[in-house]
Amino acid sequence: MNHENESMNQGRRDFLGAAAGVSAAAVAPGVFLHTPVANAAARTDPVTDLHRWGLLVDTSKCADGCTACVDACDSENGLNLQSKPHGQDELKWENQRAVWIRKVKLQDNLTGHVTNLPLMCQHCEHPPCVDVCPTGASFKRADGIVMVDRHTCIGCRYCMMACPYKARSFIHEQVDHKLTRAPRGKGCVESCNLCAHRLDSGDISTACAEACSAEGHQALIFGDLKDPMGPLRQALAKTPSRQIRQDLGLNTGVRYAGI
Amino acid sequence: MKRIVYREWLLQPQRYWGLLAILAAVIAVGGLSALYMEHHGHWVTGMTNSVVWGVPHVFAVFLIISASGALNVASIGTVFDKKVYKPLGRLSGLLAVALLIGGLLVLVLDLGRPDRLLVAMTTYNFSSIFAWNIFLYSGFAAIVIGYLWTMAERKGNALQKPVGTFAFLWRLALTTGTGSIFGFLVGREAYDTAILAPLFVVMSFAYGLAIYMLVLFYAFDADGRPIGPAMLKRLKNLLALFIAAILYFTLIYHLTKLYGAKNDDIETFFLISGGLYTGLFWVGWILIGGLLPLGIIYHPELSQRRDWIAAACGMVIVGGLAAMYVIIVGSQAYPQEMFPGYSVIQFGAPGDIGGQVAPYSPSFPELLLGFGGVGIALLITAIGVRVLQFLPESLADRDVDPHASARSTA
Repeated sequence: MNHENESMNQGRRDFLGAAAGVSAAAVAPGVFLHTPVANAAARTDPVTDLHRWGLLVDTSKCADGCTACVDACDSENGLNLQSKPHGQDELKWENQRAVWIRKVKLQDNLTGHVTNLPLMCQHCEHPPCVDVCPTGASFKRADGIVMVDRHTCIGCRYCMMACPYKARSFIHEQVDHKLTRAPRGKGCVESCNLCAHRLDSGDISTACAEACSAEGHQALIFGDLKDPMGPLRQALAKTPSRQIRQDLGLNTGVRYAGI
Repeated sequence: MKRIVYREWLLQPQRYWGLLAILAAVIAVGGLSALYMEHHGHWVTGMTNSVVWGVPHVFAVFLIISASGALNVASIGTVFDKKVYKPLGRLSGLLAVALLIGGLLVLVLDLGRPDRLLVAMTTYNFSSIFAWNIFLYSGFAAIVIGYLWTMAERKGNALQKPVGTFAFLWRLALTTGTGSIFGFLVGREAYDTAILAPLFVVMSFAYGLAIYMLVLFYAFDADGRPIGPAMLKRLKNLLALFIAAILYFTLIYHLTKLYGAKNDDIETFFLISGGLYTGLFWVGWILIGGLLPLGIIYHPELSQRRDWIAAACGMVIVGGLAAMYVIIVGSQAYPQEMFPGYSVIQFGAPGDIGGQVAPYSPSFPELLLGFGGVGIALLITAIGVRVLQFLPESLADRDVDPHASARSTA
């Protein structure tokens, strides 16, 4: 009888042990996978104005024919997942698909000198798109990033009328594929957000600047405009730079050298 | 002055129901077009990331400013005490509300997310002129409905002047706000000027009055009510004044732009080299919308004939739509100048337009949506005048202004 009891107890112990092991195996990945995210959890903290993110574009280093920044932005933000609606004209589609950054080539009317530069949302301190948005969907974060809240954007396109840089895109078509980090929906407006998802998880970089460096051009320097010792401010201190449409007094976060 | 008697519109039932059926069909087609654009997305329209507001905005803005202009006839009677205009007041208020609703529906149905209208009505950014306009538009409708009540209900008559004055001031604010939607945009060469606000105000005077006169003529002809020559003369002369004001403000707009060297290119585009937009400006805005109707109105013989005056009104409307097309679409098609002194030789991928005139051809659904808005405005008016007493029985001179007819016979 005792022997029988012992063997029954042993069986119960084995079962409990196995159950605990299975439970641990099931729960542990969750615990371990979620812990680092929770630790890096800048997402839950409010963004502060201790930083103001910006870019310096050195046009003398921007290579003719190179589209590394554009390609990197496209894959980082799922812009390459957009598909031309069936039957749409190719050229018209290029003017309807979302573009966050584009390569622009300029020629000086007097001298004929050719300049290449990437053009994206300039992340103004006084953004006209934010002023005109009726619902406040177009907004500026405390750290200077101008972006669109896709939950309150009604697709009126007034921000696109107001932007002096043609930086914004309207989603003209049904979206079938998108990335979690870059949600996208038909009928809303969007534009470059300086890879806010990277910044919010502690990665101080943008896809475009990273790709430009990887190509060895170093034409794009990303950083904190409020950090005097940071790479952006150091570069700005060394190089004369200006804002596009400086006359508007928008105090852009993106500065250009060589134009 | 005799007591003014108002009567429901006494059009024969067959004609009336036929009219309603036509308007309902126009509205249904407009609604289906909106559904089509909403279902597929705006890629099926002519709109792009360069021309973001197309023909629906042309119709919507035209109808909205015409709405405030249509109210002018009532304001002249109430606010400025011109007794001759008093019998015209009720139709003026009705048409104002109807045109506004038609315009707003087009505007809303052209949104990327019309289903989020509730968001627009509950979440405001008060630095946006659009947000102000949501209040200006809804407030306008409410005030005009109140104004109509003071005109129609004896108990409210005493309030007619204060409410009418308030409505008049409100409508000035509304059109100023609509003009400022464009005028306050600093990033586009054609805009960024305060004169767009008063230009829109005078445009609203003319377009609203032209629509008012056409509706009045049609409604009165249809059930045989008289309009006296003195009344006709007043209305057409008023229209002429408003057309002249548009031409004046248009001149000042272009002179201001021409004076600054930095605007030479946009002025060359509008006035000389802009193709369709140049054509619409000179032929539509200036000739058909301005000089020809002025010529008719001051022509010694043509000006005596109601059909020619109606034609002049029609021309003002066509010219107004042309003007809206130039102001709204032409100004976007013209490239934003970001790099003075440089030519843009490449802007993104081929087809991604920058530094050159952006193509735009309106699609059928856009046009049909615009017509649907017009249909809504006319349907509301047609039902309003049929079921309520909006139309005076007679606008014969002896009925509205015995002194005038006495003068004319003297």
